[in-house]
Amino acid sequence: MSEQEGDNLVSVRNLKVHFPVTGGVLQRTIGHVPAVNGVSFDLKRGETFSLVGESGCGKSTTALAVLRMQPVTDGQIIFNGVDVTHFNARQMRPIRRGMQMVYQDPFGSLNPRMKVADIIGEPLKVHHLAADRKVFRARIRELMDLVGLLPDMADRYPHEFSGGQRQRIGIARALALDPELIICDEPVSALDVSIQAQVVNLLMDLQARLGLTYLFIAHDLSVVRHISHRVGVMYLGQLVEVSSRDELFNSPKHPYTRALLDAVPVANPEIEARRPHKLITGEVPSVRNPPPGCPFHPRCPDAKSMCRQIKPVLQAVGTASVSCHLYDP
Amino acid sequence: MSEVIYTPPAAGPTQRSPIVAFNLRMFREKPLGAIGGVIFFVFLFCGVFADVLAPYGVNETDMFHRLESPSLDFPMGTDHLGRDVLSRILIGAQLSMIVGFLAAGLATVISIVLGIVSGYVGGKTDMLIQRFVDAWMTFPDLVLLIVVISIVGPGIPQIVIILGLLYGIAGSRIVRGAVVSVRENMYTHAAQSMGARTLYILWHHILPNVMPVVIVLFTTRVGAVILAEAGLSFLGLGIPPPTPTWGSMLSGTGRTYMYLGPWLALAPGLCLTIVVYAINVYGDALRDLLDPRMRGSR
Ligand SMILES: Nc1ncnc2c1ncn2[C@@H]1O[C@H](COP(=O)(O)OP(=O)(O)OP(=O)(O)O)[C@@H](O)[C@H]1O
Ligand SMILES: [Mg+2]
Repeated sequence: MSEQEGDNLVSVRNLKVHFPVTGGVLQRTIGHVPAVNGVSFDLKRGETFSLVGESGCGKSTTALAVLRMQPVTDGQIIFNGVDVTHFNARQMRPIRRGMQMVYQDPFGSLNPRMKVADIIGEPLKVHHLAADRKVFRARIRELMDLVGLLPDMADRYPHEFSGGQRQRIGIARALALDPELIICDEPVSALDVSIQAQVVNLLMDLQARLGLTYLFIAHDLSVVRHISHRVGVMYLGQLVEVSSRDELFNSPKHPYTRALLDAVPVANPEIEARRPHKLITGEVPSVRNPPPGCPFHPRCPDAKSMCRQIKPVLQAVGTASVSCHLYDP
Repeated sequence: MSEVIYTPPAAGPTQRSPIVAFNLRMFREKPLGAIGGVIFFVFLFCGVFADVLAPYGVNETDMFHRLESPSLDFPMGTDHLGRDVLSRILIGAQLSMIVGFLAAGLATVISIVLGIVSGYVGGKTDMLIQRFVDAWMTFPDLVLLIVVISIVGPGIPQIVIILGLLYGIAGSRIVRGAVVSVRENMYTHAAQSMGARTLYILWHHILPNVMPVVIVLFTTRVGAVILAEAGLSFLGLGIPPPTPTWGSMLSGTGRTYMYLGPWLALAPGLCLTIVVYAINVYGDALRDLLDPRMRGSR
């Protein structure tokens, strides 16, 4: 789209999304929830960048902000070299062709009253690319074939499909406009474990064929490990560690990342029994009221006195970026 | 990725026109609703062709056949002026139909517009509209009707507009609730994120999914409006005589001659009950059958 073809499809710069808290009869704003509080990362073309972290740490909000489906409080979103942070709905329309989303819920994300062909072809209709009925039908068949659905099922309704097939319908819809970026917000967590692998493999296969870039959100770290090139770990609205997949899983740096990986059981029971369990203690502090200093210090086993006062920033540690005072030079 | 997990069952045996197929399904799966539908269409037919079907003139009096009980000549008997009750019922059906459809149609449109704006836009707009609806609903319907009619005088347009407003504003609450729950669905979000305009989303996602509610709202409103018109006519605030309406037939001759000629009250009363009931069961059946998820199930 843009002439400025860099390596990065998306750059997120110091993104902040604060939700107003309203109260009283008049619904006046009485405070803010800093759901995303200064997040920066890049998505390189053709890679899968995953966001992981506990529930409520701001993964979905970050993803929605990148899609410009969530008002941005501060910071920048650069898509294809264009700063789209302040684009209005009309300016966003052409940009939206390049970014699509795959949803978690394979049931709620498909309109039960539309036929599969109309669901998959909806992006084409919205962008007025469906004028020729023959071309339209051919494109639907092509898309259904691409995601492993029988093209003959185009005139059926979503309720006639299983969860995994519905997720394929959602993926076909996301592919209809040949986007560069696909945001997957927990695309497999609502599926049976046996189906999850099929869908993850489909996503990887599509990436290899079409050169897609994924912003991927998942709870299941084994899925993340399988699909990602790079991973960002979020905690209370901030990125605490960004690194390549192997680096992250083999030598996690941030104490939170380590705890997160420790929490995953190992399949081999002998190893599982012997390996140290350093579980995180304590509750997640409220995002409404983040602690001063490092957001993780109340639960951190290695917290020092400076962690309570000074907020760490992301810094390079080897090939990774970590925001932790343990790695201060 | 060519592993395919699902083989579609063989296509249906015969290809019928969709309307015929739909009606066959209705008879098979919802017999009660289908009977309601038949009664409803008979009522419609009678209303539309009332002038042709009526064996006698509406206001044609016959001094030799006064207060006669039902017979071959007068299937529903005659009233105190010797007018044929069947002819008057037919013309009354026409009026009930006109008032019922116009007012219920107006009410439904008002409910949809208010409900969608309120439910989809949300925020302050929603709050303002809902407080207005609250205030509106605190007025007792009948009092409002009586006051307005006594100011503007009785007549079909007045009645249609007032009943339409009355039921429309109250019904918007129901549509709004449905819109709010549909809006939360991720397919709405998906449409927004692909750049669809609001009107497109309302038309393709919100409206079809609140349709079940709208159909039931409309059919119950047709019944309610016909009843309300009868009530108004009963009170003398409806369509002025000598035009026959079911309500005025009940309240006028029906009440006065209840003992001498019970058919005078029974004819309009039964018609009213049967038609309103038929419309309601027909509406319920339509709602169920139009839902693709119900296809093939009972
Ligand atoms: N519309 C909203 N209004 C107010 N607060 C919100 C809103 N949406 C999200 N939040 C808050 O923002 C924080 C981050 O939410 P978000 O949905 O991004 O988390 P998440 O990391 O995606 O969690 P999960 O893994 O459960 O999906 C949460 O604390 C949530 O309560
Ligand atoms: Mg989420």
